[in-house]
Amino acid sequence: MPQLALVIDLNVCVGCHACVTSCKEWNTSGAAGPLVDEHPYDGSPTGTFFNRVQTFEVGTFPDTETVHFPKSCLHCEDPPCVPVCPTGASYKRADNGVVLVDYDKCIGCKYCSWACPYGARELDAQERVMKKCTLCIDRITDDSLPERDRQPACVLACPTSARLFGDVHDPDSEVSVAIRERGGYALMAEWGTKPANHYLPRHKTRMHIAPEDLERVDNPLRREDLTDYTGEESVDDVAW
Amino acid sequence: MHPAFSVILLTTLLGAGQGLFLAMFTGQLYAIAHFLPLQTSGFYASGSLLALSLLLGGLAASFFHLGRPERAWRAASCWRTSWLSREVIVLPLTMGLVAAYALTHLLGWTAPWFRVGALAVDLSLILGVLGTLASLALFVCTAMIYAAVRFLEEWHSPLTVSNFLLLGSASGFMLAAAYSAWLGNPLVGFFGTWAVILTLAAALSRGAHLLRNARLEHRSTVQSAIGVRHSALQQKAQGATGGSFNTREFFHGRSARTLRWVRAFFLLTVFPLPVVLIALAHAEVSSTLALTAFAVQFVGLLAERWYFFAEARHPQNLYYQSVS
Repeated sequence: MPQLALVIDLNVCVGCHACVTSCKEWNTSGAAGPLVDEHPYDGSPTGTFFNRVQTFEVGTFPDTETVHFPKSCLHCEDPPCVPVCPTGASYKRADNGVVLVDYDKCIGCKYCSWACPYGARELDAQERVMKKCTLCIDRITDDSLPERDRQPACVLACPTSARLFGDVHDPDSEVSVAIRERGGYALMAEWGTKPANHYLPRHKTRMHIAPEDLERVDNPLRREDLTDYTGEESVDDVAW
Repeated sequence: MHPAFSVILLTTLLGAGQGLFLAMFTGQLYAIAHFLPLQTSGFYASGSLLALSLLLGGLAASFFHLGRPERAWRAASCWRTSWLSREVIVLPLTMGLVAAYALTHLLGWTAPWFRVGALAVDLSLILGVLGTLASLALFVCTAMIYAAVRFLEEWHSPLTVSNFLLLGSASGFMLAAAYSAWLGNPLVGFFGTWAVILTLAAALSRGAHLLRNARLEHRSTVQSAIGVRHSALQQKAQGATGGSFNTREFFHGRSARTLRWVRAFFLLTVFPLPVVLIALAHAEVSSTLALTAFAVQFVGLLAERWYFFAEARHPQNLYYQSVS
């Protein structure tokens, strides 16, 4: 069974919130109805978002690093939010593993949000039903779209390609390779929820430049240089 | 967690209603065994009607918790996996049995059907046994809604179930004592004694729960929440300007001082005060004191339930450091 998921590269996320706005734009315009947006131009705007970018500072000044952390539903392989739903509105799609809410069945009891350790579900204050990331189910399953557009809106919007999308059960998919080869990890793995979404860790990219890299002892240019040659032996002469 | 008033009322009213019904039927059982004088049918009937009205009040309160109350009937469908669904089924079942029990006494359908040894089995006895089983099952269902959420480690304990069971029964028996005192019925001593026993048992259970939670170490940390293993982690942005569902639903928004006050208040008003008041009521033969004992304990239970919610820290709060 395929399990669609996102892999988010924290090493390249710049915290621009393009994924947040594109997600809101796509999902507020769909057939499922708008996502609430209260006081959008006032002092305290609030509303439903499927995806949010948080920012953390790691370390103590001056040795600090800023980590931008996009956070959305992780589409757990063993989703704890699904069995607690009293109406069956919360479900995991059998064909692609996406965890969804049937907005027509949800009674807005919020029990599923209590049963999600990640806080990935938000109650829509106007429609009074629980909402969450759908991985843009209406895009990714729409055969009328060209294949490159059959991806979640956040993935298409990311300017640094920090978001990868694919089937984590396919060992050869881009996401599986990224998880395997770049140290992909799950959030709060201690709960055994087996999140399908993974995160790629921060790593430092450093260049080590030794003096020999700049000026090699057997630099051919040096042997042929036209400056005054005083006749002493080079290292190469000794080696031969 | 944010203590929703609808849920506080729901759980306390249901507890008192179930407890009162258990008290009524206990009274009838003792009377059958000739430990107590037999009461008129009207005593059991109006007592269980009072219990039914408390259950109805709890049911009404529950609707205010729902975003879409008109779809509440759907909640009975997933009883295989969801304790909430099980409660939704057991609650009307209990209400039906309590109503039938009241009706049996009201209409005097208490002619024995058959005998088991010396025991004359009538309709009220059968309905009483079924109602008792349903009430106990309802306590378990209500408590398991909270105890079954493993992420809320403060709640994920058998003590949650024993608290709901004992606190609800205590307030129900306290109400039964007040009800008897109000009628001038000598059963006030019997119900009062049971109310005191149950209150003391509840004090042990709740006390153990408080001690357990005071020593609780949460499994998740902000490090495991974002997967960065560094001891110095500071949140700089939460992803929302004016707050979100996550900052409203999972936080009580009160100071640690308020929490301590509420705890002290309920520890006083749920346990020692009603015990003293009901003992005085019995000694002074005062119906006012007995009613006060129940009222004080019920108000205390509202505070207890508020604290129960406020005390629980959801792991998602790790993502909202400046609120938590």
